[in-house]
Amino acid sequence: MNRLGIIVVGAAVIFAIVVPFFLKPFGIYLISMWAVLTIAAMGLNLTLGYAGQISLAQGAFVGIGAYTTALLIQAGWPYPIVFISAGLLCFAIGWGLGYPALRVQHHYLAFVTLAFTTLVFLVLRNEEWLTRGIYGISGIARPTLLGWSTANARDFYFFCLGALTVIAAATWWMLRSPWGRAFIALRENPIRALSLGLDTRRYTLMAFAIGSGLAGLSGALYAPLVQFIEPNSFALGLSFNLLLMVIVGGGGCFFGPFVGALVAVLLPEWMRITQSYYLMVYAAIVMLLLAFCPSGLLGLIERVIKATRGRRGPDGIAPNAERANP
Amino acid sequence: MASFIQLLVSGLATGAIYALIAVGFTLLWQTSQTINFAQGEFVMLPAFFILSAMNWGAPFWLAALIGIALSVAILGLLFKIIIVDPMLRHGVLPLVISTIALSLFLKESVKDFYSSQAQPFPALVPSTDIHIFDAVISTQSLAVLAVAIVTVVALQVLLNKTRVGRCMQATAQNPTLARILGIPTRRMVLYTFLINGVLVAVASILVSPIYLAKFTNGETLGMAAFVAAIIGGYNQVRGAILGGVILGILDNLSAAYVSSQYRGAFPLLVLIAVILLRPQGLFGRIEERTV
Repeated sequence: MNRLGIIVVGAAVIFAIVVPFFLKPFGIYLISMWAVLTIAAMGLNLTLGYAGQISLAQGAFVGIGAYTTALLIQAGWPYPIVFISAGLLCFAIGWGLGYPALRVQHHYLAFVTLAFTTLVFLVLRNEEWLTRGIYGISGIARPTLLGWSTANARDFYFFCLGALTVIAAATWWMLRSPWGRAFIALRENPIRALSLGLDTRRYTLMAFAIGSGLAGLSGALYAPLVQFIEPNSFALGLSFNLLLMVIVGGGGCFFGPFVGALVAVLLPEWMRITQSYYLMVYAAIVMLLLAFCPSGLLGLIERVIKATRGRRGPDGIAPNAERANP
Repeated sequence: MASFIQLLVSGLATGAIYALIAVGFTLLWQTSQTINFAQGEFVMLPAFFILSAMNWGAPFWLAALIGIALSVAILGLLFKIIIVDPMLRHGVLPLVISTIALSLFLKESVKDFYSSQAQPFPALVPSTDIHIFDAVISTQSLAVLAVAIVTVVALQVLLNKTRVGRCMQATAQNPTLARILGIPTRRMVLYTFLINGVLVAVASILVSPIYLAKFTNGETLGMAAFVAAIIGGYNQVRGAILGGVILGILDNLSAAYVSSQYRGAFPLLVLIAVILLRPQGLFGRIEERTV
């Protein structure tokens, strides 16, 4: 990351810490939702942006994480253990689901995960003894950690932001490790990666399973944030939404999901004037973006920066040098 | 036994509709590597073209023709020019995501500009029941079956017996060679998009009287099309037809005999089983990979 990048990220972090003091409760709820969805989108970015596989199950994994969290909290488990269990459970399910689908590569993961999301929805809706069906689970308590109660909206936001920071740092570290380099190799040139002796199938599966695990962690924050969960929240719509977040932000870009989630959470609020048309407009924007700039908003910004630098002189960065780094 | 026959016939009718949708889906995949995630919405939309035409005072038959024409123009031609052509150079995955966005766009457009309520849709034939032995079979199911069979047979004749159809097949099998042989491959690809426009419009006319015309219809129909296409074999028109029929029957029988709550789950389980055990589909060939 160059100096400009560090300044931008630093400013964003300070902004994220200061901004809740100037917001009403609903605003705080929105930025908390941004933090929660960013975690899930970051997980999907591993699958989509790095391993190049379309998954339509990310929303279902968030759902599994959220339900696991709600049920275990009500069973009286301590929150840290619940949080980790939700992540591990989704990691395991992701592994089990990805194993058969990735055997045949290409578009099959999209279909298998599409089917999986619908199956999860049916189970959540029909197994009333466990999930209370369409009535959902309400009154999910926010955790108290080491004597710090997060029941207050602002406190819970800081908890989500903390979780996001830790998870983002861990993902960043992972992408710089030999493992992460392998993920990037998958994205850049899968055939060359294979010929260099990388077990591409295993790494793709790993990326998918870790991505699912992150969705589980996101669900573990989602449940206490919203405090009410029901099956419809985790139907196909959420998975589509997460997918579009990654694409809009910039697939395969580390900070893509942060931008994408921000757009997806805030855009509906900004576009209140257009009322129900916002989804239509949003979909149209996504299609335009894909046609003219498939690397997303960050790719667009990068292009603009490069264009202005190119005009100034040869001190610009070499093309693609930035995208090769996570 | 009587109820079994009833279920079988209504399953065949549903399956025939699924088959039409799946065939269009497969055609697009074969000729242009387009995985159309908006296929379900493509079936949902023509019903609203027809309803709009009828609101302007057109009789049903004229409205249906207008609906098919609009479907060919918008869901065939415009879809190809505006969405697919600019995206293809970016590869298969961005196009998939673009069609997902398109499905959202179509759904929201219908909701905002027409209605979010389910709309009644005129049936092809008056609904009466025929008694064969003990089974009660609705004329509607038979009409659906008849129209679907005629459509599929016409398509098969077009693909196998005519020069244009042969050219389309050649384009699907080996585009480079087809071009060398002087086949206008780009036009052939365009034809498959137009054919898909006709198929989804016919499916829409058949399915809307049963499910009512609603903006969310595409979700289940699209899923049915994917499942049918994959069960049957992704790269075979024949496979997609059989896949659709199998799916329709399975859907009806499992809802009646196993669990209606999990009605939607059986096709999905079959899908996962097929991908696990026979990824090329029950009737398909193994896809050759190009590097």
